[in-house]
Amino acid sequence: MSFAWAKPYEPKSGFMRWIDERLPLPRLVYGAVGGGYPVPRNLNYWWNFGVLAGLFLTIQIVTGIVLAMWYYSSADGAFNSVEHIMRDVNAGWALRYIHMNGASFFFIVTYIHIFRGLYYGSYKAPRELVWMLGLVIYLLMMATAFMGYVLPWGQMSYWGAQVITGFFSAFPLVGEPIRVWLLGGYAPDQAALTRFFSLHYLLPFVIAAVVILHIWALHIPGSGNPTGVDVKDEKDTLPFHPFYTAKDGWAAAAFLTVFALFVYFAPNYMGHPDNYIPANPLATPAHIVPEWYFWPFYAILRAFTVDFILPAKLWGVLAMFASILILFFLPWLDKSPVRSGSYRPVFKRFYWLLIADILILGWCGGAAATPIYVAVSQLAAAYYFAHFLIILPLVSAFERPLPLPDSISSSRLHGEKAEAAPAGITPRRGATTTAG
Amino acid sequence: MLRFILGFIGAVFSLVLLISFFSNVSTFLTSPPEQTAEEEFHKHPKHLALASDGPMGHFDRQQLQRGFQVYKEVCAACHGLSLVAFRDLEALGYNEAEVKAIADQWATEVPTTNPETGEAATRKAIPSDRFPSPYANEVAARAANNNALPPDLSLMTKARHDGAAYVYSLLTGYQKQQPAELLEKFPAAKTPQGLYYNPYFANLNLAMPPPLTSDGQVTYAAGNPAPTVDQMAKDVSAFLVWTAEPKLERRHATGLAVVVFLLFATILGYLAYRNIWYGEKAVVRKTGILDPENQAKAARAKRKAGVKG
Repeated sequence: MSFAWAKPYEPKSGFMRWIDERLPLPRLVYGAVGGGYPVPRNLNYWWNFGVLAGLFLTIQIVTGIVLAMWYYSSADGAFNSVEHIMRDVNAGWALRYIHMNGASFFFIVTYIHIFRGLYYGSYKAPRELVWMLGLVIYLLMMATAFMGYVLPWGQMSYWGAQVITGFFSAFPLVGEPIRVWLLGGYAPDQAALTRFFSLHYLLPFVIAAVVILHIWALHIPGSGNPTGVDVKDEKDTLPFHPFYTAKDGWAAAAFLTVFALFVYFAPNYMGHPDNYIPANPLATPAHIVPEWYFWPFYAILRAFTVDFILPAKLWGVLAMFASILILFFLPWLDKSPVRSGSYRPVFKRFYWLLIADILILGWCGGAAATPIYVAVSQLAAAYYFAHFLIILPLVSAFERPLPLPDSISSSRLHGEKAEAAPAGITPRRGATTTAG
Repeated sequence: MLRFILGFIGAVFSLVLLISFFSNVSTFLTSPPEQTAEEEFHKHPKHLALASDGPMGHFDRQQLQRGFQVYKEVCAACHGLSLVAFRDLEALGYNEAEVKAIADQWATEVPTTNPETGEAATRKAIPSDRFPSPYANEVAARAANNNALPPDLSLMTKARHDGAAYVYSLLTGYQKQQPAELLEKFPAAKTPQGLYYNPYFANLNLAMPPPLTSDGQVTYAAGNPAPTVDQMAKDVSAFLVWTAEPKLERRHATGLAVVVFLLFATILGYLAYRNIWYGEKAVVRKTGILDPENQAKAARAKRKAGVKG
C-alpha cells in the first residue's frame, strides 16, 4: 500500500485466485498484515504493543460475549449472577478473571503504546490522524471500562457510577438534567445498569471499527521507527510477514505469560475488595477510588480545591477532560521537525519528567484524599498542563537536536543498535564499530 | 495562534492549581488536621499462615471441616452464607450422605410455600439449597441485633483488605477494656453502650459481641488440634477463604499448566523469531546458534572434549 516495492498479492492456489477475483479480501489482508506491508527494519520491542492491544481487545470481546450469556443485568440479580459465573458455570471463574484482568492489561499495553508514541514523536506529520484516532480509541476504552466496572453491581461499581456521572452535575444549569438523563433516574439504579450493559456490549465493536481506521491511516505513510527518519528505499524495510509476525508472536506469548500469572495467581490484585460487597445505596464506602488506570485523572479531578471564579468541582471536571483533549493538539504543540526523542536531548529529559509526573499523579489518585496527597497532586497536575501546553512548545522552538542518520539502514554508523542495519551492509564480527 | 490559546489555557489551569496548592498548604499549617482515635489505634491485621496462601496454595480439608463446624455452631446463628450450597460441602471431603444429613439437620429451615394452603411455610433443607439465611429479612436481622446488620459471610475474605488475616485478627482482637491512653487522649472515643472495642475494626467499635469467648467452645472430633479460641478463629478464617474462592485449587492447577504452556510457546516463538530474522540482523547472526561460525566453534569444542556427534 505504502511503498513502491511493496509486494503485490499473488494467489497461491486456484481457490484463492477465485476468491481474490470476486472479493479481494485476501489481497487486503496481505497488504495490511502480510508480506505486502513493508515495515522499517529497525523497530524495537516498544513497537510490539500495538499488536498486543489488538490481542487484548480480542480477548475482551471473546470472553465478554460468553460472560454476557450468563450475566443478568438486574439491580437485584447482577451481583449474584457474577458469583454464579464464579461458582457454578464451567470455567466461569477463568472467563471472569480473564475478562477482569484483561481490562487492566488492555490498559497496560495501551499506555505503553501511547507513551511509545509520545517518545518517538509518532503523532507528528504525516501521522496526526493515526494519533488522533488512537486517542478516540482510548476515550472509548475509558467509557467501556467504566461501564464494565459498574456491571457486577458491587459497592465500588455503584459508587463509581455515582461519582463519575456526578461529574456532569458540575456544569451549571444543564449539568444536573444531563446527569439524570444519562442515568435514567436520580441515582444509579435499574435503568442505569441496563443501559450501561447495553453500551458496554456495543462500544467494543465501535472500538474495533476505529482500530480499523487507525490501522488504515497508519498504512498510508507506513509505520514510524525509532530513528524517526523516513524510509528511503527497500533496504530500510522488511515485509510484515514473516518478520514482524514472528516478532509479535513471541512477544505476545511472553506477555500472555505475565497476564496468566495475574489471572491464575493474583486475580484480585488489581481490584478493590469493596466490589465484593453488593451495592448498597445507603452505605458510602470510606474511600471511593476508581480502577488504577483512572488514578492520574482522579488525582487531577481532586486537585482543584479552591473556588477561583468557577466552583472547584467545575475546575476539576474541566481539567480532567482537558487533560486528555489537549493530547489531540499535540501534533501542533510540538513543532520540532525531529520525530524521535532519541535525537532530542532536552525533550528527552522533559519526557522522563512527564512519566514521573504521571506516576506521581496515579499514586496520589489511588490514595485517600489527605492534605499531603492533595498537595502533591496539585503540583503534579500543574506540571502536567505546563508540560504539554507551555514547556513542549518552547522546547520544540529552542532545542537543538542531534544530527539524524541519513537513513534507517545506515543508522548503525551513528551509534544505533546493531539491529538497525541489514546484515549485508554492516561490518560483521570482528570489525570495530564506528559508533560514536 | 493555536499555541498561544493553548498555552494560555495551560497557564490558567496551572495557576488555579498553584492557588489551590498554596491555600491547601496554608490551611494545613494554620489548622493542621487533628488526629483521630481511628488513625492512632487502628491496627493492621496479624499475620496468618494458611495452606491456601501463595501461588500453589491448596485447602487443608481437615481444617476446612473444623472451620465449617465453627461456622455452623457459632457464626450461623447470625450470619448467612447465601452464595454457598450444601452440595458444595462435598469439596470439603464430606460424602453425599453426610451432606444430606447436614442439610436435613440445619438449624434454620428453608422458606417455602405450603402446597395446600398457599401460606408461607418452611421445610427442611436439601443438598441443592443454598445455606438459608438466619433471618427472614433485613428488618428482622436488625431488630434482633440492636439495629446492626450481620453481613453475609460468603465473600468476606475477598471483601476486606487482607481477607483471612483480617477475619482472624477481628475474631481474636477483642479487648475488654479500651486502652487507658486512648480514653485519655480521645475522651469522645469511648466505646458506646452495646458496642465492643476491637482495634482491628476500622472504627474501633463493633456491634458484634465477641463470638469466640472460651477454649473448647466447639468440640472438635478426635485427632484434631485443641479447640482454643486462636485455633477456632484460624479454622473459620480458612473456611471463609474456601467459601469466597471455592475454585482456588482448580485455579492454581490450571494456572500452572497455562504458564508452562505459554513459557514453552514463548521459547518456541523466540527461536522461530531468531531463525526468521537470521539473515537480516547482524546481531542475531553474531550470537545465534545457527551461525556457521558458532556451529564451527561448537564442533571444535566437542572434538576437544571428545564428545561424538
